[in-house]
Amino acid sequence: MAVVAQSLPRTTLTRSGIQWRSMIFEGILLLSLILSLAILFTLIADVVQRGLPVLQERGTQFLTAPASSRASRAGISQGLFGTLVMAITVALVAFPIGILTAVYLEEYAPDNRLTRFINVNIRNLAGVPSVVYGLLGLSIFVLTLKGVTGGTTMIAGGITLAVLVLPIVIITSAEAVRAVPRALREAGYGVGASRWEVTRLLVLPYAAPGILTGTVLSLSRALGETAPLILVGAVLGGFSTGNKTALEQIFGSFTAMPVMVYDWARKPQADFRELTAAAIIVLLVVTLLANAIAILLRNRFERTW
Amino acid sequence: MPPTLTEPRPPEAPAPTTPAPTISVRVQGQAPAPQTSGQEQAAPGEPAVDLRNVSVYYGSFRAVKDITFEVPANAITSLIGPSGSGKSTLLRAVNRMNDLIPGTRLEGEILYHGQNLYGSDVDAVEVRRRIGMVFQKPNPFPKSIYDNVAFGPRIMGFKGNLDQLVEQSLRRAAIWDEVKDKLKQSGLALSGGQQQRLCIARAIAVEPEIILMDEPASALDPRSTLQIEELMAELRSRYTIIIVTHNMQQAARASDHTVFMNMGDDRAGYIVERGRTIDIFTNPKDQLTEDYVSGRFG
Repeated sequence: MAVVAQSLPRTTLTRSGIQWRSMIFEGILLLSLILSLAILFTLIADVVQRGLPVLQERGTQFLTAPASSRASRAGISQGLFGTLVMAITVALVAFPIGILTAVYLEEYAPDNRLTRFINVNIRNLAGVPSVVYGLLGLSIFVLTLKGVTGGTTMIAGGITLAVLVLPIVIITSAEAVRAVPRALREAGYGVGASRWEVTRLLVLPYAAPGILTGTVLSLSRALGETAPLILVGAVLGGFSTGNKTALEQIFGSFTAMPVMVYDWARKPQADFRELTAAAIIVLLVVTLLANAIAILLRNRFERTW
Repeated sequence: MPPTLTEPRPPEAPAPTTPAPTISVRVQGQAPAPQTSGQEQAAPGEPAVDLRNVSVYYGSFRAVKDITFEVPANAITSLIGPSGSGKSTLLRAVNRMNDLIPGTRLEGEILYHGQNLYGSDVDAVEVRRRIGMVFQKPNPFPKSIYDNVAFGPRIMGFKGNLDQLVEQSLRRAAIWDEVKDKLKQSGLALSGGQQQRLCIARAIAVEPEIILMDEPASALDPRSTLQIEELMAELRSRYTIIIVTHNMQQAARASDHTVFMNMGDDRAGYIVERGRTIDIFTNPKDQLTEDYVSGRFG
């Protein structure tokens, strides 16, 4: 007995009528985009509208003045200094360790249970709430290693942040290395290069743009963290730097820009509202600057070979 | 006098009775020891490479079974056969490229100047310096043309005149005239045929004895293909060439010896027949060979 298949619905070559389903779907997508942009735009507009007058009025004095209980005199210089020093610490600690770990995991580690286990757990570490890293930093870098870091200093804060972003650096660098085409490695081995020579002379230069992007983005993430820094001892409520040298400041009390934002936002005085907004603007500018550097560096390295 | 890559070769050993030069073993962690000779030549009559009962396994799957043949020196040997017959696997086994794929192993021996390339103290990197490879899809490094060719000699610690070596390699690959004014340009900016000749120049810059070619012209247009074949004929005087090709006519045109492989029922490749190209194509002994070369299958 022959099986008779149902015939497909007949359609005409020319479109008849409006394609409702497609249009509705596109409309939903567009709406989502507009919603996201609207939220971002509202946030930024609110902050800029409140904080810009302060910056226009006080200009660079806002950037160079230390914290004060008087809104008209308070500035974010200590926060800027802390953020800067911690950014350098993160770069020096997290980037080399993270990139070399990624290279080892991708190029040298054998594909066995242990390697897979390590990879999974690095991903888990990337998802741990940053507050937990703050606790870790407090107990190890502030208390146990007090002799090295000096206790509640920006060195301890910087190392804590470095540990926080280390999993992200590893993951992004590993992906960049994994994206290097097999043909490139084969070509290297084909002329008698050793594994180290292939990695150093072919794989890393090719993966450099991706690694660079990943590291700078992890840096901008680190610069925005607040809770771990508070746990590690960032000062709330202002402190005096007086006539201390830079080195003394590094090993003394510290704060950071996001911490100052948090501090000022809690103050009851009305003037500090605008100051908070102005500080947020500076913080956003610094973050955007970091991202812009990432894009610039990546474009420079991504020569169209 | 072509520049040698190391100190001058020891005086030519007299024919077969003396021990063949050994492959210098690179000790872990040290800079590579100087080569024992610039380009080793097989003693007259000695094959360049001698395969004996070679089987290659990917894990537990046997890809090629019990392969035995000799590759004559300074000649072009082609491996032909239908897809799946293990030609590329076998080719890659000769310079230990299969080592890069985890889980592969080899049974049997591949003898090079009397030494088994898969011996326990043999360094695969040193093997690949003597047995070079050109791949199916041209894969120049994302570097300048000059740096592509200079890459191999540089990592070997070449101390002589690099410019001269690069020029000589590009000349021998029949591409010097086309690139001599743009050595600093990217290797990837060349056409497909030019890229492949650049890859050949790169391979011969390290002065190998044997060049393996895995379907080198299959991704190229007919004119470039012809250029590659003419180039192979010129290279034959200095190097031994083993080429895998899907193109029967190319094997008939360009090679001196042919090995015809087929996939058996156990999905492992084996040798059906081997011999001089002219015999394989005009007077094959095996019916299967006859069928393949006359296009009845494959």
